[in-house]
Amino acid sequence: MILIVILVIPLIAAGLSLIPLGRRFAPAVTLIGAMAVLIASLSVALRVASGNRVVMIENWMSCDGLSALVLLLIALVGVTAALFSWGYVEKINHGNGHEKLRYYYTNYNLFLLSLLAVPLFVELALVWIAVELTTLLSVLLVGFENTREALEAAWKYIVLTLMGAAIALLGFLILFWGLRASGGSIYTWDGLIAAAPNMPPVLLQTAFLLILVGFGAKAGLVPLHTWLPDAHSQAPSPVCALLSGVETTAVLYAILRMIPILNAVPSLRAGTWAVVFGLISVGVAAFLLLQVRDYKRLFAYSTVEHMGIILVATGLDSSAAHYGAVYQILSHAITKSFCFFAAGAVLLAVGTREITSVQGLIRTSPTAGVALLFGGLAISGAPPFAVFLSEFSILKAGLSNSQYIAVGLLALFIVIAFFGIMLHINQMVFGQPNVIPEGVNLPTSCVIALILSVIPIVVFGLYVPGPLHELLHLAANCLER
Amino acid sequence: MLDLSSTSPIFSQLNALVGGLFLLSAFGLVIVRQAQACLLIFIIQSILLSISAFLLGYRDASYHLLAVGVLTLVIKPALIPWLLRRTVRQEIYTYREISQVLNIPSSLLIALALTLFSYFFANSLLIIVDGSFAKVNLPIGIAGLLLGAYTLMVRREAIPQLIGILAMENGAFFAGISISPDLPLIAELAAAFDVLIIALVMGILTRTIHENIGTTRVGALTTLKEEPNQ
Repeated sequence: MILIVILVIPLIAAGLSLIPLGRRFAPAVTLIGAMAVLIASLSVALRVASGNRVVMIENWMSCDGLSALVLLLIALVGVTAALFSWGYVEKINHGNGHEKLRYYYTNYNLFLLSLLAVPLFVELALVWIAVELTTLLSVLLVGFENTREALEAAWKYIVLTLMGAAIALLGFLILFWGLRASGGSIYTWDGLIAAAPNMPPVLLQTAFLLILVGFGAKAGLVPLHTWLPDAHSQAPSPVCALLSGVETTAVLYAILRMIPILNAVPSLRAGTWAVVFGLISVGVAAFLLLQVRDYKRLFAYSTVEHMGIILVATGLDSSAAHYGAVYQILSHAITKSFCFFAAGAVLLAVGTREITSVQGLIRTSPTAGVALLFGGLAISGAPPFAVFLSEFSILKAGLSNSQYIAVGLLALFIVIAFFGIMLHINQMVFGQPNVIPEGVNLPTSCVIALILSVIPIVVFGLYVPGPLHELLHLAANCLER
Repeated sequence: MLDLSSTSPIFSQLNALVGGLFLLSAFGLVIVRQAQACLLIFIIQSILLSISAFLLGYRDASYHLLAVGVLTLVIKPALIPWLLRRTVRQEIYTYREISQVLNIPSSLLIALALTLFSYFFANSLLIIVDGSFAKVNLPIGIAGLLLGAYTLMVRREAIPQLIGILAMENGAFFAGISISPDLPLIAELAAAFDVLIIALVMGILTRTIHENIGTTRVGALTTLKEEPNQ
């Protein structure tokens, strides 16, 4: 029952956001709705962590370790982004009517609904629809500011990701064909793992590659990643936090779920495909990170990099590496959402996205400067933050599995990305300010959102609480054959 | 008296005819020059898709596929054009040539190559089926998908790109109903609904672009890139 409730809450919140009851009503409803979703997701995650599968409708809607983890992350970022939106959207919407504000929050809730649906559905046709809806319900948010650039980004986003989704659709249909050919009829992740050994391998492999390329476009995997830096730099910052922090993860989740299915037939070498695709993404992103000129694009490319790292870790095919992969999913989601909040704070403070026109932030706007520095260090993998621990555990797992080439390349790219990110961040935070600051005050809700979202990054870098550790283990088990 | 039992050769001939026309319509999308003609071809293609669903449904005596046929017939050739006329009427009815990156003859040549490729691609998958409609429909569906993707990439205008996406889905479903006819009905329902949302959202976005920028030549929007702007 609780799984349905999780989906119904944002729907109700979306409806309520339409009611014109002053400018505080829609953000308040959205925030309360998101908090209710978080509490419900937390209780689902705790039940899953104690060893139960939460089932709503058998073979249609249920929740195991991996989906509970993704669900929890979406709900968490949903709350912090709603909180950040409160002050931020008010500011960027300055001068426009309340109508635009209500439009934002309605879309926000619908987008959250579609994101939550991806891990909750286990029937593959519905998963595909949910992924498709995440594009359709977020594209109007990407173009929210109606500038030439924002609309260009929104158009590129919808065209490329829908194209990818159509390719993935063919993959899902071929997968269903293979399932029927093997005599199976349960079109769920678990049903496919059971049926895979009897399925014609050529169908399985073709379906996997179509889904990898098609959904890869949406998860930001090279070569169809080109829309991602555009959309993630032009959308309002709280939307970026959702797009970059959890939307890419939710889509990647669908790809990761395919890997144990293929592993049922060892000759298909799904792991190798994942490692190669992942390394290409990490490598390309690492070098692009060096030459960005826009700090929101910087974090967007870092998302491409992290999606690649997760894919590589899943492909490394040992239980330690799988643990690293799900840990990386966790640390990336919490850190990247924080980074975009920091970027949003900087944007409010200086009003430009150009890296070179921002200098000496630590003096002109200390809160934004410190947040950006923290975000940069945390996302590029400096100790003692969560990303450091997860990347380290992936590299260690790869070494103990003697996958030296993959691990060597991965480590190299991570180091390049680290320098790329810190080079730009350093330039922005320190140095002599070239403009006299006007003393911009950040909205209180933005500051609270920044503080709230930094807590898990620091805490999970030092210690993982018991139930979460259990959940991560269960999630890693879902990636095993 | 016409023999209409589901095994008669006339049936597979009908199916081949529908398949051929479907492929032709996919080629049509590559070569037409007006937005309105694009929409017309999409309508014809969707009708062919629903006829194909009716044929397969009749052969398998599957109510399920008949429902898919009815659903397709209601949504794609009727509701979607209506929706587009409501949101972006002006874009569709302005009489002008759609600019595209490549000229028509080279486009046709590439389209031909893509079709050949989809036959080879489908052949490698078809080893497991016996002589059924899938042998005809799968390669044509894949070709429809690829040609839709190609249209999407070479067109510079919003409406033809939108129709390219819808054509890709048509192609995927044309292949899909022949290889996996018993997909759960709820999935088909959701997919049909999904196509409507695509048309609605892209229609709204196109209108917003037109209102704010004054053109729908989305190909001309090229400010976002890494290199510094001149």
